[in-house]
Amino acid sequence: MKKFILRFIASALIGTLLLLATGCQSSKKEVSSSGTTSTSEARKEGGSLVFGLETETDHLDPYKAATADTRSVLFNIFEGLVKPDKDGNLIPAVAAKLPDVSSDGLTYTFKIRSGIKFHNGNAVTAGDIKYSLETAKADQIAGLSEVKSVDAEDPSTVKITLNIKDNDFLSYLTVAIIPKDYTQQDTHPIGTGPYKFESYTPQQSLILAKNTDYWQKGLPHLDKVTFKFESDTNALLLDLQGGGVQAASVDNATANQLKTGFTIEQANSNAVQQLDLNNAVKPFDNVKVRQAISYAVDPDEIIKTVNYGKGVRVGTPVIPGFKKYYNESLANAYKKDPAKAKQLLSEAGYPNGFSFTITVPSNYQVHVDTAQVIINELKAIGVTATIKQVDWATWLSQTYTNRQYESTVISVDGSNLSPESFLGRYVTTSKSNFLNYKSTDYDTLYQQAVNENDDAKRVQLFKQAQELVSKDAAAVYIQDIASLTALKTGYAGFTPYPLFVIDVSTIYKTK
Amino acid sequence: MKSKLNFDSRLGICFIGIILVLTVISFFYTPYNIYSMNIAERFISPGGGHLLGTDNFGRDVFSRLMCGAKFTLLVAGSTVCIGTFFGVILGLCSGYFGGIADECIMRLIDALNSFPGILLALVMVTVLGKVKYSIIPALGILFIPSFTRIARSGTLQIKNSEFIGNARACGASPVRIMFVHILPNLYPSLLTAIVVGFSNATLAESSMSYLGLGIQPPTPSLGRMLFEAQAYLFNAPWVALAPGITIMVIVLGFNYLGDGIRAGYHLN
Repeated sequence: MKKFILRFIASALIGTLLLLATGCQSSKKEVSSSGTTSTSEARKEGGSLVFGLETETDHLDPYKAATADTRSVLFNIFEGLVKPDKDGNLIPAVAAKLPDVSSDGLTYTFKIRSGIKFHNGNAVTAGDIKYSLETAKADQIAGLSEVKSVDAEDPSTVKITLNIKDNDFLSYLTVAIIPKDYTQQDTHPIGTGPYKFESYTPQQSLILAKNTDYWQKGLPHLDKVTFKFESDTNALLLDLQGGGVQAASVDNATANQLKTGFTIEQANSNAVQQLDLNNAVKPFDNVKVRQAISYAVDPDEIIKTVNYGKGVRVGTPVIPGFKKYYNESLANAYKKDPAKAKQLLSEAGYPNGFSFTITVPSNYQVHVDTAQVIINELKAIGVTATIKQVDWATWLSQTYTNRQYESTVISVDGSNLSPESFLGRYVTTSKSNFLNYKSTDYDTLYQQAVNENDDAKRVQLFKQAQELVSKDAAAVYIQDIASLTALKTGYAGFTPYPLFVIDVSTIYKTK
Repeated sequence: MKSKLNFDSRLGICFIGIILVLTVISFFYTPYNIYSMNIAERFISPGGGHLLGTDNFGRDVFSRLMCGAKFTLLVAGSTVCIGTFFGVILGLCSGYFGGIADECIMRLIDALNSFPGILLALVMVTVLGKVKYSIIPALGILFIPSFTRIARSGTLQIKNSEFIGNARACGASPVRIMFVHILPNLYPSLLTAIVVGFSNATLAESSMSYLGLGIQPPTPSLGRMLFEAQAYLFNAPWVALAPGITIMVIVLGFNYLGDGIRAGYHLN
């Protein structure tokens, strides 16, 4: 008996201590969170930075790298003939200027930037470019399949000939340029980017050093950048708090626990989070039902509730960062209007609502949370939704590939900056049309846009295509979730891109 | 068994009683709606308007805890019922008839036991599809083997007693002998197993929900609440502590009660 009482008292004591400890911690936090972050922009060249990554790079060879995280790191080592800038435009990189394109759109002639060198000190020649593009084509890099030939006209001029005209060909030429006949890319990558490879330790880190010969004057600022591989979110958080890591891409929960001593840089994640309604399944085969759901779901509330206000409301499948093609006017096409939603439901023959399942991949907490908010919002119009969580592999096979679902919440992105990569999936026969959207009007309009040569008209047609998708409420477009990058106080200059890349060349120390 | 209510039992009943009172109340009343979100009241610390604070959606943790415990206990209770029902029938048959029946049933049970518990439950949930309570049969099957073994070993001990021979001589059918004469004598050991089974089932439900396979959100369950809270462990520890401590109290309560009953019956 005594033993039990003692044990009980001991456990009670430990419990109290634990509570006290956490209590102390949270109160300490509140005090220190009043500290302000310095906004002084005094730039200091040199120094080093440790950037935390939650996934390990898969390949250092730019043509073999498959994961988005790896490509985002290699962005600092490699450059293409052209590269994207922060607004989504293509600027010349290895090329001296944008190419001369023949009137039939089949040949592109590039001049190589004078004085540009690989990290090994050799100058870039037309032969390297021919080798790079041919190797990339052999490795089945997207968009290069229709390249007929690459010819070195003289050491600094290269001519690319295509089999068929492709209006977005230039955006595929962001593919890395590598030195000719160099076969050790996977262990010691060599490119022309602002940073050169120094060392790679599997499961630990990838270290980059400043490329002092970089063609953009004044860049990069830091002497050394280490990408540290973290095992999971908690390890990353502890390293950020402990000071071992000075910058990282973080989620909302982590960002909220890092308020002091860090600036949180917010940018677009460049994917559109949407509630996809399977257009082939009852009752979503009725456009009025889809419109009703669109009127009932309030993206602003989701952004506020799930993402702490960090997100951009969108109304089309195109990301807002892709300014040229993004149809901004559609963001508020469906203002929250439960009365109108109910009326549309009655017209569609569901005056008392209906029930359906939202399939959500359970590894994405943000989508699960979004679904919870959607359920609450749909209650207001008498529609009962329930969540069905599945693992990522099941989601990919059942929902995406087999299209066996009623609705799902997911973020959809484009593989490159071309309108086709965002709008192509809505074509009736498209393999990636997992929404089962069917519209002959859309198919015609899309084909017309793809074949249009005049740039302004083409942009106009793609914007019309977005209007059509919005009018048909193919899906409920919610937001471009903000991607957050935590940067320790004392660093500045983070540049967001409309692509999934980490550009460390513009980051500098302030003290 | 002079005093049934020894210290362990009393402590156990006390712990379980607190939780049961809360869950019973939750059928009629919760301080706040468990689904309504209010971001103006996000992460309020315990005390004041919200007894145990609020979570990342501004939902009242205490209200969700009451309902979460309800769903968790519902799953745990149903699981133990299924396990006991099938386990006892299989165990009685196996022990009483012996021979080929015994071999077949016990090998089946061995086969069930040879899978890791969580893996088996994962497979079951996948096979049954994700209906709201598919976790109940999945976990129920998981609990059959232990009850079968207890019922079987008890039956083996009793079936050669004189009173069973007498019953058989009077022409009692095997079914009558099993359920009327043998089963009541298994009561003490089964009761202990049921009580401890409750605590195991609570833990199993929590771990399944933690893996996203149990009760589906936004319906709360203790494991689900714990899972959702882990992302906010540093800035809102109360969201994790509340369900965590509740799970602990339930498990401790049932274990104390089990110990108490065992001591009361002088079982080992």
